[in-house]
Amino acid sequence: MDAPALETRDLTIRFGGHVAVDRVSCSFRAGTLTAIVGPNGAGKTTYFNLISGQLKASAGTVLLKGEDVTALPVSARTHRGMGRAFQLTNLFPNLTVAENVRLAVQSRAGVGLDLMRLWSDRTALIEKAEAMLGRVRLADRRQATVASLSHGDQRKLEVALMLALEPDIFMFDEPTAGMSVDEVPTILELIQEIKSRAQATILLVEHKMDVVRSLADRIIVLHNGQLVADGPPAEVIASPVVQEAYLGVAAA
Amino acid sequence: MIARLLSGDLPRSHALTVVLVIVLVSLAGAPFLFPGSQSLNVAAKICVFIVLAASYDLLLGYTGIVSFAHTMFYGIGGYGIAIAMHGIGANWGAMGVGIALALLVSLILAVVIGLFSLRVRAIFFAMITLAVASAFAVLASQLRDITGGEDGRSYSVPAMFRPSFRLFEQPVLGVSITGRILTYYIVFTSSLLLFLAALRIVNSPFGRVLQAIRENEFRAEALGYRVVVYRTVASVLSAGMATLAGVLMALWLRYTGPDTTLSFAIMIDILLMVVIGGMGTLYGAVLGATIFILAQNYLQVVMGKLSAATSGIPLLPQLLHPDRWLLWLGILFVLSVYFFPTGIVGRLRSGRLKA
Repeated sequence: MDAPALETRDLTIRFGGHVAVDRVSCSFRAGTLTAIVGPNGAGKTTYFNLISGQLKASAGTVLLKGEDVTALPVSARTHRGMGRAFQLTNLFPNLTVAENVRLAVQSRAGVGLDLMRLWSDRTALIEKAEAMLGRVRLADRRQATVASLSHGDQRKLEVALMLALEPDIFMFDEPTAGMSVDEVPTILELIQEIKSRAQATILLVEHKMDVVRSLADRIIVLHNGQLVADGPPAEVIASPVVQEAYLGVAAA
Repeated sequence: MIARLLSGDLPRSHALTVVLVIVLVSLAGAPFLFPGSQSLNVAAKICVFIVLAASYDLLLGYTGIVSFAHTMFYGIGGYGIAIAMHGIGANWGAMGVGIALALLVSLILAVVIGLFSLRVRAIFFAMITLAVASAFAVLASQLRDITGGEDGRSYSVPAMFRPSFRLFEQPVLGVSITGRILTYYIVFTSSLLLFLAALRIVNSPFGRVLQAIRENEFRAEALGYRVVVYRTVASVLSAGMATLAGVLMALWLRYTGPDTTLSFAIMIDILLMVVIGGMGTLYGAVLGATIFILAQNYLQVVMGKLSAATSGIPLLPQLLHPDRWLLWLGILFVLSVYFFPTGIVGRLRSGRLKA
């Protein structure tokens, strides 16, 4: 049988005495969208950081397509197909929108160490970046610096960078946070579109339950760093442990 | 064609274009436009410092690395020539050996410093480079048998580069083409080529990654760029360029000593050239180096004249006395950094946007 697209085994990280992620074992199959929910401080973003490599695990392993990547640096995991859109917008503020996307495109193309050929001669890559800008509806802002973009546009660019990497694993960390109501649909449509591709493995941290209900094939719940529930959306949302942990309703 | 030569990185400001053309034409025609050994010396220094400042900008302005070891690489180039010319003799072979060994030593040092310390935070990296550069300067003055110690080394260069050499029997445009002028043109052409190469590097995909690292190291890594590798390659390229600048200066001066290559004062000069010209724009290095070297050489002369011209007025002649030139240089720098925080190039470009 083929290995899951992504798997964590007993993944743990401690900060001093505090266990932020506690022995989380979970596998993610290609072609599914898994929503990760839980109260603030439950360890969702920390779990993402462990998977994509920004944090080094205290114990446990991360497997990408069956291969142990726990010891690999962030950049190597990216090249193996891990893509991530960050919760707090994390871009190159003084470069233009187009340059930001091109950086992602050229990373995917593996031409970063090319010293002597001009950027402007890489027409194929530039076209690819332009197409990506069209997809996230930022084409008309291509020459603006990122610092001058609205928050919503920065969020869209954040997603565009991940898409431009053409990853196998898409990790969205609260993609709609802080967006105005009329901007949210663009992002949701994008996620929907990625989901429609058979092999995409999507992990989504999201607080808005209506978004989770409409998109997720499966929900896992983190609470105090532990995996406390895992299953189809309707079932998980109805379970008492979620009512208590996530919605803050005391178990009767 | 010109756009191609400049790697598509045009000055993007009319005023800047005019200034750059003036600098280029003046340097290209220096032996004919400004005859005399002192002015030729100033022109050669400007050429070399443009390369030195541009290579430093590759680190500081493009990659966001603060290094104080840049003069060390400059010095390695100078000492490479000095030791080879002094030890082997004034021939082309010795020159080649000197350049090759200097580049090799710089390469190794840059890689070692890069891999060991570019992982740490910027402030620690700056301190490590300071320590390594100081150690190298001490070493250069202590190893008297090899380097000539504090006195440095004077040496002969191949016959073609000597003042007594004549390329043509007849003067050209009223100037006889001596070995000195020939050397000048080698310095000028090499500097121009090195500058164009640097321009090409910053406009390559690699150059964009460097800017990305400067802007947001964390995200550059997340996009799949191994930051430490890119920083190390940038350090190596910058060190190599500084080494070649040192080689050119050594060929020009026919002397290498700690004060003209390794001193911390030169490091500060380079830093100021880059900051005044405008960080992250190689054209800034051109303007910074030109203005700085001109001020260093001619401010005293100008002040002497001003002092004499104002001799009737109280206080002014004393303030303008040539001995106060460092004071005025200092004031000029404070003012320029205060009024042009993005450097002269940044100021000229934003002026264009407002217009």
